[in-house]
Amino acid sequence: MTPDTISARITDYANRADPYPLYAELRKTPVLREDDGTYLVSTYYEVRNLANDPRLSNDTRNRPSGYSRTADAEDTGLPPSFIFTDPPVHDRLRETINRPFGPPHSPRFLDGLRGELAKVVTELLDAFEGKDQVDIVEDFAYPLPVTAICKVLGVPREDEPRFHGWADALASSLDPQAGEEGQEKAQRARQELGAYLSDLIETKRRRPGPGILSTLAPDMTPADLEATAVLLLVAGHETTVNAITNTTLTLLRHPDVLDRFQKDPDLAVPLIEEVLRYEPPVQFVPWTTALADIDVAGTTIPKGSPVWLMLAAANRDPKRFMDPDRFDPHRKDNEHLGFYTGIHYCFGAPLARIELHLAVPELFRRVTFSRLLEDPPPYRANAVLRGPRHLPVAIEGLTA
Amino acid sequence: MSADTDVEALRRQGRIVVVGASLAGLRAAETLREKGFTGSLTMIGDEPYEPYDRPPLSKQALLGRARPEDTALPRRRDIDAEWRLGVAAEGLDRDARQVRLANGDTVPYDRLLITTGTRARPWFHPEEAALDGVFVLRTRDDCARLHRKLTGGVSRVLVIGAGFTGSEVASVCRELGLEVTVVERGPAPLVGALGGVIGAVADRLQRKKGVDLRCGISVTALEGDDVGRLRRAHLSDGSAVDVEVAIVSLGAMRNTEWLAGSGVAAGARGIACDAGCRAFDVNGIVTDDIYAAGDVARSPHPLFDYQFLALEHWGNAVEQAEIAAHNMICSSPERRPHLWLPMFWSSQFGVNIKSVGVPSLGDQLVVTQGTLAEDRFVAVYGYRGRVIAAAAFDGAKWMGFYEQQIAAGAPFPPEYGTVDRRTGTLQAVDPGFPDPHLPTHGPTVTLTGHSPSERRVEFVPSHA
Ligand SMILES: Cc1cc2nc3c(=O)[nH]c(=O)nc-3n(C[C@H](O)[C@H](O)[C@H](O)COP(=O)(O)OP(=O)(O)OC[C@H]3O[C@@H](n4cnc5c(N)ncnc54)[C@H](O)[C@@H]3O)c2cc1C
Repeated sequence: MTPDTISARITDYANRADPYPLYAELRKTPVLREDDGTYLVSTYYEVRNLANDPRLSNDTRNRPSGYSRTADAEDTGLPPSFIFTDPPVHDRLRETINRPFGPPHSPRFLDGLRGELAKVVTELLDAFEGKDQVDIVEDFAYPLPVTAICKVLGVPREDEPRFHGWADALASSLDPQAGEEGQEKAQRARQELGAYLSDLIETKRRRPGPGILSTLAPDMTPADLEATAVLLLVAGHETTVNAITNTTLTLLRHPDVLDRFQKDPDLAVPLIEEVLRYEPPVQFVPWTTALADIDVAGTTIPKGSPVWLMLAAANRDPKRFMDPDRFDPHRKDNEHLGFYTGIHYCFGAPLARIELHLAVPELFRRVTFSRLLEDPPPYRANAVLRGPRHLPVAIEGLTA
Repeated sequence: MSADTDVEALRRQGRIVVVGASLAGLRAAETLREKGFTGSLTMIGDEPYEPYDRPPLSKQALLGRARPEDTALPRRRDIDAEWRLGVAAEGLDRDARQVRLANGDTVPYDRLLITTGTRARPWFHPEEAALDGVFVLRTRDDCARLHRKLTGGVSRVLVIGAGFTGSEVASVCRELGLEVTVVERGPAPLVGALGGVIGAVADRLQRKKGVDLRCGISVTALEGDDVGRLRRAHLSDGSAVDVEVAIVSLGAMRNTEWLAGSGVAAGARGIACDAGCRAFDVNGIVTDDIYAAGDVARSPHPLFDYQFLALEHWGNAVEQAEIAAHNMICSSPERRPHLWLPMFWSSQFGVNIKSVGVPSLGDQLVVTQGTLAEDRFVAVYGYRGRVIAAAAFDGAKWMGFYEQQIAAGAPFPPEYGTVDRRTGTLQAVDPGFPDPHLPTHGPTVTLTGHSPSERRVEFVPSHA
């Protein structure tokens, strides 16, 4: 990537804390061609249409050589996880995995996790007792999703620290600026995590326990199941953490909204949706490829071109959302792209919503905040899975 | 109040009457209020219930997953209307601008919206239709009665007609563990709506799920016992099936009889109206105070050669109602056309079926994604070299794209690469619509009327 292109500025860490002016600039050219032949699409309707366009592939193997692929695609001995596949493989995998996870086959699986997750929330908040300062990321937003995804998969909680590092390396590799070193790290992480999971899956096969790995073991090849588990672990680690942190940050930056929310906890539903529009945890999807010449908003994206779908820019498109830079929990008709759209719509969205709805209202019910200690907070390097690395806040007290 | 004069007064204190208090009627009423209509609003409906949703009646509600009485349509807003439920409109006096009700009341209007929809076509033989065990499925009550019967220990069920409703009912029966025989006069299920190529997939699906499917055959008579209970059905191939329940799914008839003699262009094919939902009178002159929307309306669509389309589609009813409501209370330059792209969905035998456009207009078909063999595919219909419709089995998510292709008049056959495209070249085939003169049941679209250009498509619907 040549420096100074708009995609270089978006990935530049200097702009991580507030990429939104860049997105606004980007939207002036709804379909922007970079010198290397990559196309950035940033307006709402165009992004939405492309995400639902069968001529756009998620399988980076369809890219001509010379363009970046994902760590997922090759050399790890594992097949691509379903996020990087197209139908029919995608549909078959996703459907299989959905069977133990959601309706119609398992309508109560996620619901059944609520009790345990609520307990985790309580424990995490109890530990705030006596402190006048906490890090929302380390002390709250990170541990909850990790527990959740471990429960979903049936991973022993005590193994969690081991794959913390693996998940980090893999998530970072989604970032276009990860570079060769990042990709190599990710390959290694994927192999090691793969080996760990392979053992775990073998154990589950012999002695089924709770969690979907046990349920799925008989229905999937070990390689497919491993690839899936890797994906879910990474997704479960990075995205919900950012969503919870972003919500906290946004509320602390909007005391008037926070005040309304504390008086009316029912505001949680539209408020959380608005955060997903306003600060989406996945900012853009840089791994799609055109399978044909595609005409979009007066521009033809040639067959074989890498396409970036700029979800966070689309979410603030004034052609779709009134006053888009305003954080407005009363917003009507909020069909944001925070969870993407189309066949690759976030698989974990129902779980993420459950976690957010358990975590956010309880956090603001129990904790009396005094202020943000750093604003903007330090961000993670990742431009795609964007979120604060730490969110230090001063607190005044804790109610039971 | 006449056209365009004093629209403001109409908005403030006009009288709007809606006849047909169901999906289209309710959505229109909500839109009127949304758009600032503050006059009086009267909702007239012959059913005793507040507006409810019909699609679940042949799906979740029939299966017992939802109760028929829990299908009330969610309200978008308060409409502050006077409800006249359980009483039918019986006549219309255009000169006096009054609707006459079955109980003798008259209701005056400044603007009238007709959304009387359709009703189920009954079994052609009235005595046989009256047998205990013979059902149709259109209303909440129909659904409740049929559900009770199906879960009350019957062994074999007969479904007459394998259009969408019939096929959905058959699917529910199988899910309830009942033996079911489906008799369809056409060569395959869904053939009227989607053609024989897709019909063959539906055919295979039904048999795979254990339906005793008999196509190319019709039911000739229903036979009862001496106390009037259904016992047997006789078929045109000379065979007979012993059944206690028969569900007649032979399509719908438009509720226009009450308009006889009113001077409105209303007939068996519905109420002819312009693209702005204004009804025509019998002379073909557009009225300015009478509007129609939903299943009962038919209007010209530019994308389909200005054919008058009558669509029995949920989404059409909603959008047409919104357009009608908008147009009723604004001056002519502000009026909008109803240019909805036909869209229909169904779910049966574990498959989600969705179609956009007008498949029955298609003269060619290609499978662009997936394959017919896996019951998961997208098929695109061509009409004289352009894309006119698409239908998907378990591929609903792609339909928005094909909708745009239809709207853009994209060339057919499509040449572009897509995900899940299985062949290098796309083989165009005849979609296999039955000879339009042969009766089949349950097409979701009826094409009638003539095009303003010399291109005209003759399509004679079976039961119009
Ligand atoms: C079982 C079933 C399943 C369906 N499934 C689907 C589906 O999966 N997808 C889809 O797109 N569509 C489906 N439909 C079609 C969809 O329900 C209709 O398109 C929609 O209901 C049309 O709404 P409407 O308001 O125009 O007419 P209707 O819903 O027919 O309402 C008309 C109302 O007017 C009343 N009425 C009639 N005459 C008079 C009179 N003279 N005076 C007063 N009132 C009168 C009627 O009793 C009725 O209540 C289904 C329909 C049925 C019956």
